[in-house]
This record gives sequence, C-alpha cells and structure tokens, in this order.
Amino acid sequence: MTKYTDHLDRPIVAVTGFGVVTSLGTGKNENWRALTEGKSGIHAITRFPTDHLNTRISGMVDFLESSSKGPWELTYELAETAAVEATQQSGMDGDRFDGPLFLAAPPVETDWNTRFALNDMAGGEADDGYRRLLDVARRGDAKDAFERSQFCSIADHLADRLGTSGLPITLSTACASGATAIQLGVEAIRRGECQRALTIGADGSATAEALIRFSLLSALSTQNDEPEAASKPFSKGRDGFVMAEGSAAFVLESLENAVERGAQVLGIVRGCGEQADDFHRTRSKPDGSPAIGAVRAALEDAGMAEDEIDYINAHGTSTPENDKMEYMSLSAVFGERMKSIPISSNKSMIGHTLSAAGAIEAAFSLMTMLEETIPPTINYETPDPAIELDVVPNVKRHAMINSVLSNSFGFGGQNTCLVMTREAV
Amino acid sequence: MSEHDVAITGIGLVSSLGEGTDAHWQKLQAGGDAALIDCDRFAPYCVHPLPEIDWGLQIPKRGDQRQMETWQRLGTYTAGLALEDAGIKDDIELCASMDLVAAAGGGERDVEVDRSILAESERRNDRDVLINEKLTTELRPTLFLAQLSNLLAGNISIVHKVTGSSRTFMGEEGSGVSAIETAVARIRSGQSSHVLVGAAFQCEHPDMLLNYELGGFLHQAPWRPVADREAAPGGGVVTGSGAAFLVLESSEHAAARNRRAYAGITSVVSGRANRSDADRFENEILQMAHKAAGENDPELLVVSGASGAHRATLAELGAFGDMPSARLRCFSNMTGHLKEAQFPFAIALAALSISKNTAFPTFDANTESDFNGDLRSVLATSIGYNRNEGMALVTAS
Repeated sequence: MTKYTDHLDRPIVAVTGFGVVTSLGTGKNENWRALTEGKSGIHAITRFPTDHLNTRISGMVDFLESSSKGPWELTYELAETAAVEATQQSGMDGDRFDGPLFLAAPPVETDWNTRFALNDMAGGEADDGYRRLLDVARRGDAKDAFERSQFCSIADHLADRLGTSGLPITLSTACASGATAIQLGVEAIRRGECQRALTIGADGSATAEALIRFSLLSALSTQNDEPEAASKPFSKGRDGFVMAEGSAAFVLESLENAVERGAQVLGIVRGCGEQADDFHRTRSKPDGSPAIGAVRAALEDAGMAEDEIDYINAHGTSTPENDKMEYMSLSAVFGERMKSIPISSNKSMIGHTLSAAGAIEAAFSLMTMLEETIPPTINYETPDPAIELDVVPNVKRHAMINSVLSNSFGFGGQNTCLVMTREAV
Repeated sequence: MSEHDVAITGIGLVSSLGEGTDAHWQKLQAGGDAALIDCDRFAPYCVHPLPEIDWGLQIPKRGDQRQMETWQRLGTYTAGLALEDAGIKDDIELCASMDLVAAAGGGERDVEVDRSILAESERRNDRDVLINEKLTTELRPTLFLAQLSNLLAGNISIVHKVTGSSRTFMGEEGSGVSAIETAVARIRSGQSSHVLVGAAFQCEHPDMLLNYELGGFLHQAPWRPVADREAAPGGGVVTGSGAAFLVLESSEHAAARNRRAYAGITSVVSGRANRSDADRFENEILQMAHKAAGENDPELLVVSGASGAHRATLAELGAFGDMPSARLRCFSNMTGHLKEAQFPFAIALAALSISKNTAFPTFDANTESDFNGDLRSVLATSIGYNRNEGMALVTAS
C-alpha cells in the first residue's frame, strides 16, 4: 500500500505537471535539449538601446508576443505559458484549476513608456513632473495604466484565466521568490487547506531601469564581448550575474490525490527550508550561518540526512560573493563529501531569472531526475582555485539521481532551499 | 493535527493619530474631531500625514535609517513597537526563531530624477537613450534596495534580528489579508509558534498617490466622511500614512512566557469577489461577514477598513445594512486609507477594543450608530478599493 504521509505525518506533496520558459525557448523539452547541450541563452540586448550602459547583455525572453510590450504584459505571458504547460501535463482542465495560486513575481511598477505617454497627454508646464501625471490621471485618461500599476493584477488575471480558487497570493522574496512560491504551495497542502496548488515564478521585468539599478549595485557582469561566456559560476574570472527573464509553473498535489486520480507523479517536493540573514542588505553573513541553516532546515523538513543528497542545483549566480559563500556553506553542511557531490548552475546558460529563478531551477532539478542527466555548468574554463567542487564542467553527465537540493539566496537576506526526490520514500 | 489558538500579544501602530496603542486609543476615543488631515500639500487631494517620529528609538543605527525609504523605515519602526509591546524585542532567541510575514508595496521613487527625465523628454526624440543617460548618472545606487518590496522584511531582519522564515506578499489590501491569513494558518497548524505580521504605507509621495489616481480613485477636497463621498468629486479614497504590525502567538506559547493577550483571532476569511454586478458584490460581502462572524451577539462591533472608494464602500455599507447586528466604525475617517496595512490595522484596533472592553465611539455620527452590546468579539474588515477583500473575527481570549 502506498504511504501518503511523510515522517512528520503530513501529506506528501507530489508534482504532477510543470512548465518552463527561458531565453532558451518555450516548454520543458525545448529547454532541456538546449540546457543539456550546454547552449547559452545569453545574448546582446536589443529590446532597448544600450548607450551609456556598462552591461549590454542579458538572458531576456525576446520571442514571445509580449516581449516588447512592457514588463507587466511579459510577466503575465510568461506566467500563463508555463502554467498552461503545467496544468495540461497534470491532466487538469485548463481553465478550472480549482486550487489556490501562489505567484512569485517582480514588483512591476508603472514603466517609462507609460510615464512618457501620460506626460505627453498633459500639456501645461513642462517642468511639473508628477503633478502633470496626476492631472492626466484625474481626467480619467489613464485606466489602462492603472491596471498595470496594481501589484495584485497579474495574479488576478491569471486567476481568471486558469480558474484558481480564492484570493491569489503574489509574493516576493527577491531572488528566492520562485522557491518560496513552491514552499507556500507545499505548506498549504500539508496543512490540509487544499488538495492541489498552482505555483508560478515569472519574471519579465528586464527593463533598462531594472538593469541600471542592478548595475549601480555592481551586481552585473560586464563581459559584453562574448555574451554566451559571461555567466561563469564558480570560475575564476566571474564578475557578476547576467540579468534574465523566464518562468516556471508547477501543479503540486497531495500524493494521495494524485494517485487516486491516476495522475503521473513526476517527483516529490520532500522538504523546504529557509532562514533569513540579518547581516546586510546585499551581502551574506561572513560565517554563512543563514545559508547553512536554510540547507539544514530543508534536509530536516525532508527527513533526510546529508548523505542522501545525490545532486545540488546551485544558486550559482556567477557573482564573486555568492559562489564563494555558497561553496563555503555547502562545505559546512556536507563536509569532505562536498568535493564529490555533483553540483551545477543552470544560470551559466540562462542567466539569473530573478523572481523566477527558484521555480525554473526546481523544474530543471525535476528534469535531472526524470531524464537521468545532469546539466553542465558551462564556461568553466578556469576554475576558481578557492572553490573545490565537481561542477559538472561544460558537458552534461549521465547519472541516476534520486534526490536534489536546489538553493535560492536573495537580496534582503532571503535563503530558501528545496529538497526534491524521485520517490516518496 | 491538533489546532492551536491564535493570540495577539503585541501591537505596533503608527498613523497620523500618533504612535503606539495608547496614543491611538486616546485619539480614537475622542472620535471624529481628533483626525488630522492635510488638504493643501497634495491639493486637490487630502492626506492623513505621518506624525513626527524619532526613528532612532527603534532603528538605532543611522546607517540603517539611511538605507531605507520612509515606508521601510516606518514598517521597521512599527515592527519594533510590536516586538517591544510583546516583550520579545530584546529576546534574541525568540526573535531568531520568529517567523515574519510582511505585506508590502513598492518604495517611493526619486521624484526629482523622474521630473528631470520627463521634462527633458519633451525636447528629445531618443527617449530610451535619455533614460539610460539620466538613470546611470542621477540614481542613488542604494535607492533600489530602499524601494524593493521584500526589503521591508529584510530590514526588519537586520534591525530587529527576526530571522525565522521571511515572506513578503504584494498586492494592495489583499496582501495584508493574505499575510494575516497565512500567519494565522501557520500558528493554528503548529508550523509557527510566534509570527510577526504587518505592513506599512507612506502616502505622502506623488508616485504613491498616482497609483490610486490612475484608476480615478482619489477623493478631492474638501474632506468628507468615508460614507459620504459618493456624490463628491473624485473617487472617494483619502489616503493616510501609517503602519500596523502584530505579534501573533499560539496561546500555549504566550502562556509559557506569561504574556497576556489582547485578544485572539478565531477566523479569517478572504475572497476575490466579482464586482461587476453591484448586488452580487454586496451579497458576497454579506456572506463573507456571516462566515467570518458566525453566530454573533445582538450587537456586533465592526471595525471597517472601508476606503471610501465608491463602489466598494457602497457595497460594504449595503451589506452591513442588511446585517442588523452590525455597528460599523470606519476607521479610515481617522487615519486615511493605509493600503497594504489596512487589514492588519483593522485587526489591531479590534483587539484593542476587546482588551479595553470598550467600543470605539462613532467616527461619523451621521452614518454610524451607538454600540451597547457585549464586546466578546469584534469583526475587522478590509474590502479592497479595487479588488480583493478579507475579514477576521477577533475574540476575547
């Protein structure tokens, strides 16, 4: 008889469908093919002029209908596309999901095109700034812009489109958001609030302003000359992350519900762990204790020991700081064995998809188990001698992987880790 | 799984009425005349402005203060008040194991930089290049962090050392509803023993006002009570700057450290009503009230977060008009609309009223009626000005 509860007597949570979009393409199969071929989606920016910018490359998604329409539209389309793939795979009725929605999304503000458009409509004194925009708004000429200015609106449109139930939650834990969305879904099922949940991480917010903001924090790679080689996690010459867009969605379901309705179980979300860092807004505590705590919490939540992890899907941003700290924290948890656990960074190929990263990398973690293949860390030509890891350099590796740890660490001290397995026990 | 009772053991409040529970209680007991409203600074809009705050009292390092825009500072400050009120503030272990759920919007933009870009755009055809040119040279590097939604929670972790789990929900009033609902569910199920939950909103910024006015939601001066704005120019919302944070605990956890609770939270209901049909919307609110309140006494005090937004307020007033026991107190008359903080603020006021065993006087004598019942439970509401709604029943513990 199948056991439906875990070591803490909570419902086991299965994945019965998932979908992905990145700069490498639409859908998990297209993405997986490119990812395992070691193909990079990083390219020169064409969406806006790059004059005056130190970073002129990104992993933007430029092939969707909304790619040039603005961050609200693109984030919505990314989320919807991944969600439809996920619900179809799980065998759900596409527009009557009937479970809660957890959306990890960037805080999308009114964009510059909208501000310019309002300003043009205004007339009056040229130097009046927001007063002019408020005047136009007061005349009632800005209703479209209103919808895009509301932080709840993307999730609201998704809820209508997909037929999710209740008040959807839109969340942000910076670069850990996608993992947090999964965690919230898992927790809701474990609490018995629902039998299934739809969790999405989507980010289509790579505007010039967003890029400049990250650039001003010295977070981005400036290796513009060879875009596909710019993201080089764990390498000596790494100099920052490459900003990117994408999405991933999951149908999470209590194992019992999935088995009873005859759905294919694609994997299990066995444990989630998190710990906030109180050290600094962009840097982690020098001793790595919050990241260590998050990894340990995920293992504990999964009811698993360190030696039961077969593969680690790294946060691996390619910033000097992250990769060093991630190595240090993992070494503290896994000890000597860390040198031989395969660990790779999808960001070497797709860049840092920010609010979507935790979700996309969870999707690729599932693919790793399902396809028995570890995607490589590309651009690993000159290893950082201070980081002794088996990063699955440059070429994919065939391996039977039964369990994955996926890390997400974000600005504001957000650390979230997921443990996923092929089987429930 | 055994259910745990949820107790409110700490409250932090800041609004135009002042800071802390005592100041709020006193001003609110004085009724409508105590409201502080400024209809000049952002004319034709009125705002309920922030009081003077000595930030150093809760955020000792000036370096930390500088890293935040006002809404983050306000939230971090108010979270400190709540922790202090709960007797947790200097307990390193309790803070380290405490979970945090914040509801947040975005931060205030740099008005001067935006103004100069807009002004220059009238003379330029290469506006995309103009953005690059201006933003790369004029934006303060750390402003990004001071605006990021999840950095309110991040700053609370840094300043107050609250480092259990940390989640930030976004999306106007609904995010405040979900934050409370999630925190309560965590405690009830035993996932959390103690949670810090709340939000902050600073309205005194043209960018924040614009987000309402793009949809035509702001009321225009002169000021009028929430229930009486439909015929006046504008969309009915008068905003306020303010914040509310709550410390929620399982009642065992509170008892083990000998903390008396203000009140408990016995139910939270959230929804996303279809508002296209006025009657249906009103009926959904009424159903939600019955679901949240259950069987109630002949008189039920309702601490209402009604924003003044015409359609939503009309529907809420209509719904409670059909619930004979309801005695409405629309606190936006006193504080203005606090957006993400509206629902946590409503719950805080409900809990205060229960702990004092005293109802609030009417904030608008023309539409609100006296309360002469038992204060065993109080209903807190937030019907979003545009979308999403929630209610909670706060009960004597």
